[in-house]
Amino acid sequence: MNDTLSPFKEIAASNQWSAILPEISLGVLALALLVLEILFPRHRRKLIPGVAIFGQLLVLFWLLLFYRDGGGFLGQETFAGMLFHDELGQAMRVFFLLTSLLVGYLGTITLAGKPLPKVEFYHITLVVTAALMLLAQSNHFVMFFISLETVTVGFYVLVSYFRHQSISLEAGLKYLILSGVSSAILLFGIALLYGIGGSPLLAGASDDAMNFGALNAFLKNHPENGLALIGMVMVIAGVAFKIAAFPFQIWVPDVYQGASTPVTAFLAVGSKAAGFAVLLTLVLKVFQPMEAVLVPVLTVLATLTILFGNIAALTQRNTKRLMGLSGVAHAGYLLVGVIASLYVPWAQGAVLFYLFVYLLASFAVFGVMAHLSPEDGTGDELEDYLNLARDRPFLAVVLVIGLGSLAGIPPLAGFIGKVLIFIAAFQAGLYWLLGVSIFGVVLSIYYYFGWIKTAVFREWKVAPDDEDEQEAPRREHREIAPLARLILGGLAVATVVLGFFQGPLSDWLGRL
Amino acid sequence: MPESYPFLLHLAIFIPMLFGTILLLFSGSLGEAFVRRIAFVGFLVPAAVALWLWIAFSPDPVTGYAFLSTVPTGLEIVDISLKLGLNGISLPLFVLAGVVGFAAGFYALVSGAERLRQYLALLLIMQGGLMGVFASVDVFFFYFFHEIALIPTFVMIGIWGGRERHYAAMKLTVYLSLGALLSLAGLIALYVQSGASSFDIISLKAALEGESISEVAQNYTFALLLFGFGILVSLWPFHTWAALGYGAAPTSAAMLHAGVLKKFGLYGLIQIGAPLLPQGAENWMYFLALLALGNVIIIGFVTVAQRDLKQMIGFSSVMHMGYCFLGLACLSAVGVGGAVILMFAHGLTVALLFLLGNCIYRRTETFDMREMGGLARNTPVLAAFFVTAMLASIGLPGPGLANFWGELTVFIGLWQYREWMVIPAVFGVVISAVYGLRAVGNIFFGEPTEAFQSASKGKRIPDIQWHERTPALVLLVVLILVGLWPRSLTDSIDESVSPMYRIVVPGEEASVTGDDGEFEAVSFERAEGPVSCCSPPKRGPAGGL
Repeated sequence: MNDTLSPFKEIAASNQWSAILPEISLGVLALALLVLEILFPRHRRKLIPGVAIFGQLLVLFWLLLFYRDGGGFLGQETFAGMLFHDELGQAMRVFFLLTSLLVGYLGTITLAGKPLPKVEFYHITLVVTAALMLLAQSNHFVMFFISLETVTVGFYVLVSYFRHQSISLEAGLKYLILSGVSSAILLFGIALLYGIGGSPLLAGASDDAMNFGALNAFLKNHPENGLALIGMVMVIAGVAFKIAAFPFQIWVPDVYQGASTPVTAFLAVGSKAAGFAVLLTLVLKVFQPMEAVLVPVLTVLATLTILFGNIAALTQRNTKRLMGLSGVAHAGYLLVGVIASLYVPWAQGAVLFYLFVYLLASFAVFGVMAHLSPEDGTGDELEDYLNLARDRPFLAVVLVIGLGSLAGIPPLAGFIGKVLIFIAAFQAGLYWLLGVSIFGVVLSIYYYFGWIKTAVFREWKVAPDDEDEQEAPRREHREIAPLARLILGGLAVATVVLGFFQGPLSDWLGRL
Repeated sequence: MPESYPFLLHLAIFIPMLFGTILLLFSGSLGEAFVRRIAFVGFLVPAAVALWLWIAFSPDPVTGYAFLSTVPTGLEIVDISLKLGLNGISLPLFVLAGVVGFAAGFYALVSGAERLRQYLALLLIMQGGLMGVFASVDVFFFYFFHEIALIPTFVMIGIWGGRERHYAAMKLTVYLSLGALLSLAGLIALYVQSGASSFDIISLKAALEGESISEVAQNYTFALLLFGFGILVSLWPFHTWAALGYGAAPTSAAMLHAGVLKKFGLYGLIQIGAPLLPQGAENWMYFLALLALGNVIIIGFVTVAQRDLKQMIGFSSVMHMGYCFLGLACLSAVGVGGAVILMFAHGLTVALLFLLGNCIYRRTETFDMREMGGLARNTPVLAAFFVTAMLASIGLPGPGLANFWGELTVFIGLWQYREWMVIPAVFGVVISAVYGLRAVGNIFFGEPTEAFQSASKGKRIPDIQWHERTPALVLLVVLILVGLWPRSLTDSIDESVSPMYRIVVPGEEASVTGDDGEFEAVSFERAEGPVSCCSPPKRGPAGGL
């Protein structure tokens, strides 16, 4: 009895709460929003989203300025080995906070004027963000699974948040079922690893085989243990669901299409990045001894992911499905980076760089989408982007920069991200994956530029009888708020500046 | 050497880009006159810098480069930094980019295009990228600037282009992206295998001098570069994007792309690919030469079949790239030097042809040469310009045109490499003459066709006007200047090419063209006598037609 409970006693005694202050403050903020809703009179409740965003901004600045060393816990385990604080976790904290801020901002646009609860959206977003942060720092399969499930449960609600739309509910249901299946696979994998890692029959068995370090030590002794290999593959499969790698991408198009734009963005950026943070940790710190099986598995996964994502995206006419499937392809490129990081230490930085520029570009695109279809979730078809440059040039420029960066076109930041991954892959000797990636990038040029073409080029019908050019009707003029200009413009400018001058981001990543 | 020169390179790259960005961002709030003025300055600065640096050029004897400067950008982890400089190979192309950019920009200023600000802005960004391509010593930025210049082409074709512009824009972009990514993979492969501590050409060269890459790896890497760059230069059979794209592109974009940007691939092979991967180059060159003959002969016949003037110019530019490839295929100082001169001359010529083609179109309102005729009666000066440009393009030793020296030296190099190849190559000149002279005849001489008469009925067709004449003159003057005085370029080309490529001494051809693939170490001492790549002509032929 005592033995079982001792870790918890240690946790209580160690009192390392300051190691997770950012997560705690987000949780407190989330609760405070609910309290404020009760306290505020009805006409003041409009302020609550502002409070949420302002609170997150405060946390972000504090994180960047005063919490750079992770509260002095960098490089340490806390909570009896539940968490491990490293540079990766620290960078991901900032990443998730940025994501959450932008999701909250998109939420203000999309939720405006809808008969839906507003405060709960921010509440759940904040809780999910805190859980994402913990997920990226978890060092123990219990912590890993619990934070993962917190994230997933939050997303169940968020995906079907527009409960008056059947498409949104359908998306929620699909996400629920498929996510449940993947959680089951993941849990089975964890159980297998725990079982084999704790087996007293094997040398080097650990009492605490769910701890990443202990498991790693065990796997070093038994890199070819069959059960452990199956467990590893299952855990990877569970994570592959999060990053939407083939064949676990099956939920992506429908869920992305059904969810409202901010939630789609959250899934596309936050959830995917969390998957990669976890994958980096698992690959480098846990499963590394099983390289002989791990690398082929990941290679197959990456190859199929890149090919499937790009080929499936070629024929999409719905922008959200397009973003979803192209996001699958991005997951493939990132997987290449993860594999390379097994051989080339700096590749981990390349993956992080890629994630950050992916964040900037994705939110630029999703921001434009939120502005174009603010009312009812329609307006996501490619045809709805016709003549965008004529009618709303600002949004068109932001869209072009965002899509160009996703396509990896110089001088935009996305290109640098891709080049870093390619160089890392080359140094690691992953020639096959490099070839696949390049093929994928060429395919992606087609659909990204098809989208740009739709938005920028004037519609011009070359009729056989050569009627005069039919100008499509102008869309109604809608003023873009200064804040929106600032945020979308900021994302676009950051994407361009990082394309020319990578110093700010690479220095920051390097200094962590 | 004054310290300020490296700074001039940055100026030539970033002033146009900056002005272009300003025009894009504040296009709504700037007055028309101000827009024109700022754009003019944006086009003038690179041209002025290019001419100034041409005069001031004196390379460092160790590296072969002048005006070197390095600015770190934050990619130290992979040893990338913005390193700029010029050597004898990049100088002519840098000048070419400046001159053609100025002419194209000037023509765009007065073109009266719709949404002029955005058009000028994109051209300015493209111009900045072009200057950057040839000023980059760092291989990464060399590629990077190329893409910066490429993307505006896509948008310009799509918005301001002619018939089939959407299809042309997509095809061009997908094709060129494929080429660019293949070459990027090749460049990364080169960097990783060389073990150099920096991504710039000088360090790569130094690293490879110590320990070269194994022959197998060289073969693979060079293949990536060859086909990647080859697609970009419209090497047969990867050329199908070119004429289509140029046919659809607005004039200024076509001038810049066909005149300058397309030289990127050849420049990459000459400056980086062949010298750094000598064995790979040696093994691939025969194959390349055969493909290049495909450019010359097959595309030559395709060009003859064209009835559309703009398509014809587009195909002729594809065809002439074949000569540049043939020059490179010799892998000798003579051939490569000739290729560089030909690239320079061809860039000016093809830009001039696109410009004049558009002048013709404005008068006839068609590109179909069958519907034209007798234009010279109304426009004698335009006719003179066009005939001169066409003669230059054919490569006739006419009124002191630089193309002739390029083709001549390429043929000399080719003779030393594979004698039989000279025959089809020279036959290509005949093909050029066929379509070139026939175009001149169709457009300017003979009786005006009925279609043309009915189209122009009642209107007086004006001769070439000042705003068309100025950019045409700029291009022609430089062309003739280099034609009459090739030394102004050949000396510096020679100095850069000789240490990189073997020098063939007449009478020793047999040993060089032997199949043992030996790469002769060459030093300056040997570069004397008749070996220099394009020794100045004893006497230029008398000018004037």
